Amino acid sequence: MTGAAVVLHQFRFDQKVFWRNRVSIFFTAALPLIFLLMLASVTQDDQLSGVKGPTYFVPAIIVLAVISATTVKLATNLPAEREAGQLKRVRGTPLPPAAFVAGRVGNSLVISVIMVALVSVIGALVYGVTIPTHTMPAMLVTLAVGAFSFSCLGFALAAVIPTAEAAPAVTNATVLPLYFLSGVFIPQNEIPDGVLNVADAFPIRHFFEAMFTVWDPNTTGSGFELGHLAIMAAWGVFGLVIAVRFFRWEPRR
Amino acid sequence: MADSVISVKGLRKSYDGFEAVRGIDLEVGAGEIFAFLGPNGAGKTTTVEILEGYRPRNGGEVTVLGTDPESADRDWHQRVGFVLQECRLVPELTPREAVEQYAGYYAAPRDVDQTVKLVGLADKADVRTSKLSGGQQRRLDVALALIGDPELLFLDEPTTGFDPSARRQAWDFIGGLRDLGKTVFLTTHYMDEAQALADRVAIISAGRIVATGSPEELGGGRDARTEIRFRLPEGAHAPDLPFAVRTSARIDAGAVSLTADDPVPLLRELTNWAAERGVGLPGLQVSRPSLEDVYLELTEQVDGAEGSR
Repeated sequence: MTGAAVVLHQFRFDQKVFWRNRVSIFFTAALPLIFLLMLASVTQDDQLSGVKGPTYFVPAIIVLAVISATTVKLATNLPAEREAGQLKRVRGTPLPPAAFVAGRVGNSLVISVIMVALVSVIGALVYGVTIPTHTMPAMLVTLAVGAFSFSCLGFALAAVIPTAEAAPAVTNATVLPLYFLSGVFIPQNEIPDGVLNVADAFPIRHFFEAMFTVWDPNTTGSGFELGHLAIMAAWGVFGLVIAVRFFRWEPRR
Repeated sequence: MADSVISVKGLRKSYDGFEAVRGIDLEVGAGEIFAFLGPNGAGKTTTVEILEGYRPRNGGEVTVLGTDPESADRDWHQRVGFVLQECRLVPELTPREAVEQYAGYYAAPRDVDQTVKLVGLADKADVRTSKLSGGQQRRLDVALALIGDPELLFLDEPTTGFDPSARRQAWDFIGGLRDLGKTVFLTTHYMDEAQALADRVAIISAGRIVATGSPEELGGGRDARTEIRFRLPEGAHAPDLPFAVRTSARIDAGAVSLTADDPVPLLRELTNWAAERGVGLPGLQVSRPSLEDVYLELTEQVDGAEGSR
């Protein structure tokens, strides 16, 4: 098989495995939608950061869903597969490691795109949130940069997490507090500036700000948040370096 | 050896100052089933993982299919198959799908359905792998290793944890790989497994090869002595025994045991003696050491030497 064909082959099986695993469907696909319905419903009549509650939480849950499909999924699955010897077995075949990685990133990207579509459609149909038009290019770019960066960070976490048992705990302990600090779960206008400054040191806040601008009806320009995108991309490159340096295919014995 | 598939000279490997492999030599020819036998912690898995290209070495020369596995490329992996010691399957896939996935990694894979059938999983081809028994999962491991149609197959402890009937089935199957013309490098700590399957055996103990040869040679090699045992017949005493027997036997509470390189003359004397006296030789046993005896003796010797350091 050629390079592209083998990546597609690998991606096809990653997709098959994903859609057959009820646990991964619940946490990656269903849970973000449940959060959307909860948070948007209770804030329907509120003004948050100058927009209606549901308009605030659609980009917030998009951020959550993309991070679930990339960082969280990769950082919990890969250590488990490593411990099961599955990564070692793949490493013993002619499959190029880059094709394996590309298949996984493609898998996370496709799940992300499906989730963004679902969140957008539910936001529009149930809560009347306006789907962006003139900022749509910015939304796609923000999504692409986010999926890339948070996939890299997933591989980086998978590289430093020692065991399958530690993986969910470490991953959730990393992302959950940041969701709160970054305005994903709590409206940012209710978060003190000092806390937001702390959140600025991490990538989730920048992803949220870039995504919020895209969905904010008050945005007048094209909606590209170049500063936030650059910081996200830098985090992605940092994750990539960590992953390349420390990622292991074999279980620790 | 012109058709040598694996060639190892003076292989060494240390972990944090502990010498796991202390200079071993191995030659495996094309089409051979070669068993690498040793107790846990003897350096078996370390050696295999070096041959498979998973681990770097500290010294010595290693050639597998004409290539140093440490610098092996993807093309080399087209020609080798691994059945790893511990490797779970993807529970969401069926055997057919798992084999299909691996087939996609190879330039010229075997036929998927035919390979699933070859390992005896045709009637389980479309159930999730999580529903397979331990033996069936292991056979699927073998199918994944075979799908690329490799010239050389590594099987690392393929039957560990099997019940006796599953082991017999696995042996039949592994023996069948010979007919496919594959070279098989089998790691095991079961002597009977090596005896049942291998053309040649190497025994490793504490990082060194302590014996090599066919199972028959090892079991009945030049150092192997035949043991004769019987009980003194009623009314007979040690001094009554024929001279040749009396002088080489150990007699303990009427139980006589002796060993000999060639037992035939001794047995002739002994049976003549019994016939003359009109008595039997109760509990007479004549036995050649099995591979298991040789193995235990060899690995114990080395362990003893290590312990008294």
